[in-house]
Amino acid sequence: MAASLLKRLLVIVPTLLGVSILAFGLIRLVPGDPVLLLIGERGASPEVYAEMRANLGLDQSLLNQYMQFVGRAVTGDLGTSIISKRPVMEEFLDRFPATVELGFLAMILAIAIGIPVGIVAAVKRNSFLDYFFIGVSLIGYSMPIFWWGLILILVFSVSLGWTPVSGRIDVLYDIEPVTGFMLIDSLLSEEGWPAFWDALRHLALPAMALGTIPLAVVTRMTRSSLLEVLGEDYIRTAKAQGYGSLWVVCVYAMRNALIPVVTVIGLMFGSIITGAILTETIFSWPGIGKWLVHSVTARDYPVIQGGILLIACLVIMINMGVDLMNSLVNPKLRDLQS
Amino acid sequence: MNQLVGTIETVNIQPAEIKEPHPMAEFWYFFKQNTGAVIGLSIVMIFLVLAIVAPWLSPFDPAEIQDGALRLGPAWTADGHLPYLLGTDDVGRDQLSRLLYGARISLGVGFVVVFISLTAGTFLGLMAGYFGGWVDHIVMRSVDILMSLPSILLAIVVVSILGPSLLNAIIAVSVVAMPGFVRLTRASMMSEKVKNYVVASRTFGAHPARLIFREILPNCMAPIMIQGTLGFSEGILNAAALGFLGLGAQAPTPEWGTMLADSRAFIESSPWMVTLPGLCILLVVLGFNLFGDGLRDAFDPRLRK
Repeated sequence: MAASLLKRLLVIVPTLLGVSILAFGLIRLVPGDPVLLLIGERGASPEVYAEMRANLGLDQSLLNQYMQFVGRAVTGDLGTSIISKRPVMEEFLDRFPATVELGFLAMILAIAIGIPVGIVAAVKRNSFLDYFFIGVSLIGYSMPIFWWGLILILVFSVSLGWTPVSGRIDVLYDIEPVTGFMLIDSLLSEEGWPAFWDALRHLALPAMALGTIPLAVVTRMTRSSLLEVLGEDYIRTAKAQGYGSLWVVCVYAMRNALIPVVTVIGLMFGSIITGAILTETIFSWPGIGKWLVHSVTARDYPVIQGGILLIACLVIMINMGVDLMNSLVNPKLRDLQS
Repeated sequence: MNQLVGTIETVNIQPAEIKEPHPMAEFWYFFKQNTGAVIGLSIVMIFLVLAIVAPWLSPFDPAEIQDGALRLGPAWTADGHLPYLLGTDDVGRDQLSRLLYGARISLGVGFVVVFISLTAGTFLGLMAGYFGGWVDHIVMRSVDILMSLPSILLAIVVVSILGPSLLNAIIAVSVVAMPGFVRLTRASMMSEKVKNYVVASRTFGAHPARLIFREILPNCMAPIMIQGTLGFSEGILNAAALGFLGLGAQAPTPEWGTMLADSRAFIESSPWMVTLPGLCILLVVLGFNLFGDGLRDAFDPRLRK
């Protein structure tokens, strides 16, 4: 077990190396002089130019520059944003909780609705209800969520007036950031429940938009995985022994049917980030997605560089975690891969 | 005795009468039983025809500004009137014409993306699978790197290097779509190259190029074609998303994602402007997904009922 763990850790080293080269190369691949890009053509007096160039280390060899870049990145120093003049790491940490909160709620929605719906579809196979759920999940799977978010706003905010259009909480409430998660911070503050309720209303539509594709995936996966398991001999045996069908499905079958579903949920992290970039743009949600898009349009290269590096590392770590979890849960995989 | 010979003769004739169905006919037989797949193919065909005849069907030039016709609703609603069947946008351009030309752009983008990513991805996958060793290592590690970045983020990286435009969005989305093809082709190649027909061909002294492209590639085509169809929907969706973020096609281009971005500010006053382009994206993507799923089911004998 320890050996296979070590092996897995070694496999991600070249990937991390590649991602760091990509992030490092980014600013150098952009056509034009990076120094001029950073300070703008107008503010470039020769002294400022030379200083900036030395600051960026551009007067040294490429290998040296790369080593320094990696050395700083490992200690958490990812440079300074051109626009806000703040450290990239600090900016990232400021916004990351907002994205986590959004993604977390979206996944909860997807799991809480997707698994029961998938079970019903599988149990009532080939019924009208099954076809209906398949159809809806297919539409959900094909959904352009940047449009879906706008439609949700149109229905729930504009027509019905149930939810706010953007932001994390009403400006009325002045919430002290403790954990960075608005739902928790609002409860900790003096405002208490009304603030929590307001934060939840702000979160509802973005989470629905972001959760749609994961919901469709979880539903489809649960259905097909459960259908496969329901055909197994041991299920027939359990039924023959006189267990109620609800018990057989929910306890006997689901225990095995959930394994691929859990894998899919774990691997959905990458698509959650993609979705978050779009969702946050629509709902002006102050997370890392909106921050990255904004920095691309503003050509804030240190931010793009740092953001890519951080997100790629996160995705790699999480995928590896999912892999490890799988091999812990499923002994077959453990033998196969070692 | 004569009778017996006669019976044998009739028996002998029979095998000749049972003709094995042409692979395409067999495929079509299974494909058309799948309602979803047929619906998907129909949607794709309708949009394809609309895209082709767009110049003759559109009542107006998609970039032409109509005087005094700002943000009209569709003709059947209270705030719309003919000849603007689906209304006009925020600067007074005919919505129907723009949507029709948008079909050209989206399907065109899908085609180019699939063409680039399929060709390059298949080639790299074949090479990695056939030669193994360091070729395999370099290709697969690069694929790992590409896959560790979420698709839109990777596209954003490419666009931030090249600058925002429709062409650069296509390049970005093609790069994003490539790893899927590489992995798929490599896996097929690994399982094909040890088969007897390849070994036989090699003992006859066939050149590796002939082995790879003439002998093995045709047997890897089925999964590649399925991935190609699904790649259309991925490509169209991602290109539209980039357009929506302002990183793809730019303003006067009637690209559906860009049109959505422009309509955002008018979501309260003219909901039609928001609804229609997104509906088009959804339908096309749904069509290709249904079609691709149907292809997979029809090609895979295990999934046939």
